[in-house]
Amino acid sequence: MTTIASERPAERPTSRVTLRTDRERAPRSDRRAGLLLSSPFLIIYLLFMIGPLLVGVVVSFFNTTTVKSGLGGWVGLANYRAVLEDSLFWSAMWHSVLFTLLTTPLLVVLALAFAVLASRIRRGTVFYRLAFFAPYVVPSSVVVLVFLWMYTPQVGLVPKLFSAVGLTSPDFIGSTSGGWTAVVLMTLWWTFGFNFVLYTAAIQDVPPEVYEAAAIDGASPWQQIRFLTVPLLGRTTSLVLILQILASLKVFDQIYLLLGGGPNQSTRPVIEYIYDTGFTSYRGGYGAAATMVYFVIIVAISAVWYGLRHRRTTVAERAAERPAPRAERRTS
Amino acid sequence: MSGALGRRRFLALGGGLALSGGLAACSSPLATGLAGTQPDTADVIFWNLFTGGDGANMVLMENAFRKAHPGLSVEATILGWGNPYYTKLALATASGTPPDVGIAHLSRLPLLAAAGLLEPVQDAGVGELGITADKFTPAAWKKATVDGTVYAVPLDTHPFVLFYNTDLARKAGLLDAAGDGLKPMKDGAAFTDALRAMKDAGAQYGAVMSTTADPSTCWRYFSMIYSGIAGPVVTDAGTKVDVDDDAARSTFAFMQSLTAGGLMPRSLTGSGVNALFSTGKAGFLFDGEWQIPTYRGVKDFHFNVVPFPALLGPKPVAYADSHSLVIPRSGKRSSARTAHAALFIKSLLNNSATWAHGGHVPAWLSTQRSKAFLDQTPQRNYVQAAFNAVYDPVAWYTGAGSDFQTTVGSTVIEVIAGRLSPKSGVSRLRSDLKRYTTARPPVTIG
Repeated sequence: MTTIASERPAERPTSRVTLRTDRERAPRSDRRAGLLLSSPFLIIYLLFMIGPLLVGVVVSFFNTTTVKSGLGGWVGLANYRAVLEDSLFWSAMWHSVLFTLLTTPLLVVLALAFAVLASRIRRGTVFYRLAFFAPYVVPSSVVVLVFLWMYTPQVGLVPKLFSAVGLTSPDFIGSTSGGWTAVVLMTLWWTFGFNFVLYTAAIQDVPPEVYEAAAIDGASPWQQIRFLTVPLLGRTTSLVLILQILASLKVFDQIYLLLGGGPNQSTRPVIEYIYDTGFTSYRGGYGAAATMVYFVIIVAISAVWYGLRHRRTTVAERAAERPAPRAERRTS
Repeated sequence: MSGALGRRRFLALGGGLALSGGLAACSSPLATGLAGTQPDTADVIFWNLFTGGDGANMVLMENAFRKAHPGLSVEATILGWGNPYYTKLALATASGTPPDVGIAHLSRLPLLAAAGLLEPVQDAGVGELGITADKFTPAAWKKATVDGTVYAVPLDTHPFVLFYNTDLARKAGLLDAAGDGLKPMKDGAAFTDALRAMKDAGAQYGAVMSTTADPSTCWRYFSMIYSGIAGPVVTDAGTKVDVDDDAARSTFAFMQSLTAGGLMPRSLTGSGVNALFSTGKAGFLFDGEWQIPTYRGVKDFHFNVVPFPALLGPKPVAYADSHSLVIPRSGKRSSARTAHAALFIKSLLNNSATWAHGGHVPAWLSTQRSKAFLDQTPQRNYVQAAFNAVYDPVAWYTGAGSDFQTTVGSTVIEVIAGRLSPKSGVSRLRSDLKRYTTARPPVTIG
């Protein structure tokens, strides 16, 4: 970078200066309009995001209870220590991670596969897109109700299908492995439509000339998918992946409604742990501390992901720029 | 310019209209909801957690009140049983929008009372209606009293009881001379013999109970046997683990002696219990009396229900809980509404013979001694259990469907299934309890 600056001292600074003066010269009313236009969002963001977050941070240092007004007694870091020492917190954490590990790969791969298939269909594209996306708009309570009926032992559709072919159905509600299977299958059916839509949009952005050229070169449909579609969707995949990881880590409603975190809390995700301690056991301060621990972990995962992506893109950019710097370095 | 003014004037006019409309509609649920107050949609707003047979009986009792008091309306809301119900009741009361009357398990009372969420019932004037201590099962009334103040009116006692298949018991020679009860069993050994006799009489199992994924039932079972030889597992308002290691070990050993010998299955779900007991493949069933309606409808199936005999102690113990009626505290409730609430409570007590159809023992003695109740079999057989009732220990975390029951019950499940030895069961029990005794209580009890 320094070599570049020394080689071309005149160009860059001026451009930077003009940019800065541009910004300074922006009329006052314009800035006011910008602020005014974004104020609804800012107010809601402060009121419902930053505000509660700060309240949560404060509360986590007190023995606050949800059944009485006021903060309760100051306990310092004791809540945090107790959360970190609670084996139930860590097993709940593991359940959230396990859910993420079980669902994320399937939800990404299946969404990609179905998006590719749906894009190659000549007729009825709209129907397939709608069919795949439709479950996503159904509320979780309704989805759980439907699946609960299907999973119910003896009378449910799934156990009946099992017994029709002479197999014993797993205990979807009463056993740990059955519970995980039930939740993962239900989540797959319910949520993969969102990733499907993201992929469908990205596929539509790929110019048809690319495929035409590939076809002229004699690439088979499978080769086109393998060497064109999938690599061209790289950026989308990386977006889908992080969105899916974060969404899966935040799992609560479908597990809570379908299994109540049971049997014996063996499927209870960390958000239900927070709900149980903070609301059911009325320990608001403790629940807030658990929330903060979890919040930090989620932010850390997002930051690591962002860092990795950033490095990859800069590496790619550098790779693209390679010839020019080399030439300049040689001159210096 | 005039266009902009016109638009502003239009918006102002619209806003004003909306505001005045909102004020005029102050009594509507939408307006009260936005203002955060409880809409006075009825004279008595009643929250409960009853579905199924109990729910149907409760509706009959509400209708009886409506009939007796034609001028008064009742609005009953049914919420999900267990934690969801108590969370809503506590949060609604803490935020100033409570119902007028609510159902609460007596095992859940200590925290609700200590948090100041309940009106002492005497303040609501129930004493003037004749609702006094001497007219209730003593154990229930005592449990409704916290630090000398009565916070709840007990509706019933629902103990953990012993079901048995009458036909199998006759074959096994377990029936008494009159043929309508079991021969007395004086200790655990006699009880084990009875289970063996049931098995010899052709049952697949001597007894069954719901264990798999049913920590509450397992906790009741443990609590009943353990209470025969030792006091509560936690004391000092739930801040001290007070487990008698020997008593806990022998309780676990007794449980394992029944499953290890094949008299009881090591693991069984609720539906499995149903299938085995109702088809005569199990002699005894350990469960709450609320299961009576489940089996009453089964064709050609004869069963009876009695209190458990003394198992490991000198006297029989009935692990029990009670449904009670509470008046959540509200600064805004008028004295007229409070009076209606008291009338409603009195009416439910008077109609508690209907409630007993669900298997529960009425706590209101005049109903308990009435013909309407004494004609009900097998309910009348286990009234004594209500007097021998042992409740969950007093603590902020105990009670019906609580996380405490889930955690401790899960350890009992492991022992019953044979995955934990009695000795490691005890240390696991201690560490389960430690989690709660060392946790900082949300409110101080006592």
